Amino acid sequence: MERDALARGLRDALPILVGIVPFGLVAGVAASRAGFTFPQAMGLSVFVFAGASQLAALSLVEGHAAFVAVVATAVAINLRMAMYSASLAPYFEGYAARWRALLAYPLTDQAFALSVATYRESDVDRRWYYLAVAFALWAVWQVTTAAGVLLGAGVPSSWGLGFAVPLVFLALLVPAIEGVPHAAAAVVGAAIAVYGADWPFNAGLLVGALAGIVAGLVVAGWRR
Amino acid sequence: MTTYDALTTWALIAAIAVPTFLIRFSFIGLLGRVGGVPDWAERALAFVPAAVLAALVVPDIVTIRATVAATIAQEKVVAGLVAAGVAYYTEDVLATIAVGMGVFWAIRFGLPLVT
Repeated sequence: MERDALARGLRDALPILVGIVPFGLVAGVAASRAGFTFPQAMGLSVFVFAGASQLAALSLVEGHAAFVAVVATAVAINLRMAMYSASLAPYFEGYAARWRALLAYPLTDQAFALSVATYRESDVDRRWYYLAVAFALWAVWQVTTAAGVLLGAGVPSSWGLGFAVPLVFLALLVPAIEGVPHAAAAVVGAAIAVYGADWPFNAGLLVGALAGIVAGLVVAGWRR
Repeated sequence: MTTYDALTTWALIAAIAVPTFLIRFSFIGLLGRVGGVPDWAERALAFVPAAVLAALVVPDIVTIRATVAATIAQEKVVAGLVAAGVAYYTEDVLATIAVGMGVFWAIRFGLPLVT
């Protein structure tokens, strides 16, 4: 049962693992461009282990943003995981606290999406299925980040490899615009962030993001 | 301007890692003691990815110039628009990076179309 769950988790995770390879490489390149040493780059990947927030933090560090702005942005990006935690919580209710801490640590968009979908349709061993999915993603993320750091150090800066970072965000942003309210959130967020690009402490980003969320709520309210 | 020495960098990693773990552990850790994410918070959280990612990515690509034409005619804007189209049709990170970087390099090293 446990071994079946492990095997099934690994099999289900495989296509996703291929998909995170370029993302991990870019995160490694971004770390080396932001001036992170190899241990620091790996520390970020191991302790934070959340790609979008890592890339956001690194691109702000490279732009000499204030400490508080970097932390606030990275944490804001990870707030969505509270929703994942809430939807997985009932499935993990029976496990001891240290197991639940271990299950919480590698929680990602992909581990959440795959596990919840599988739990709904089959009676797999929840803990081992989830651990297989989450730690397979974790392992590939660490290896590709490491490769990205080594690769990034060897590429001349005239290649503009840092442009891969906004491209990754673009690839995540476009599917996140699921309708008119989301589009309003994105347009307002982007417009204020561009206008306020020179504001101190990266206030343009934070004000833009907050205004975007409010715009999304307002437009969704109109349409109800 | 801020520069990050070794100690500040490690402090930064910790300052992001600890709240991130607490967010992940929140409901899994609290079990049934709370009834889930409150309704208003869930509605607001649904807009976080679109708003934050847009505010993050667009200033990295777009710099406001004197005219609309001059604003669009920048290598990153052209490459970004093409890449957004690829992201929309494929929803594939690798394809988006490949096409975006390809257009960016074509302009930077090959076609002197734009500034």
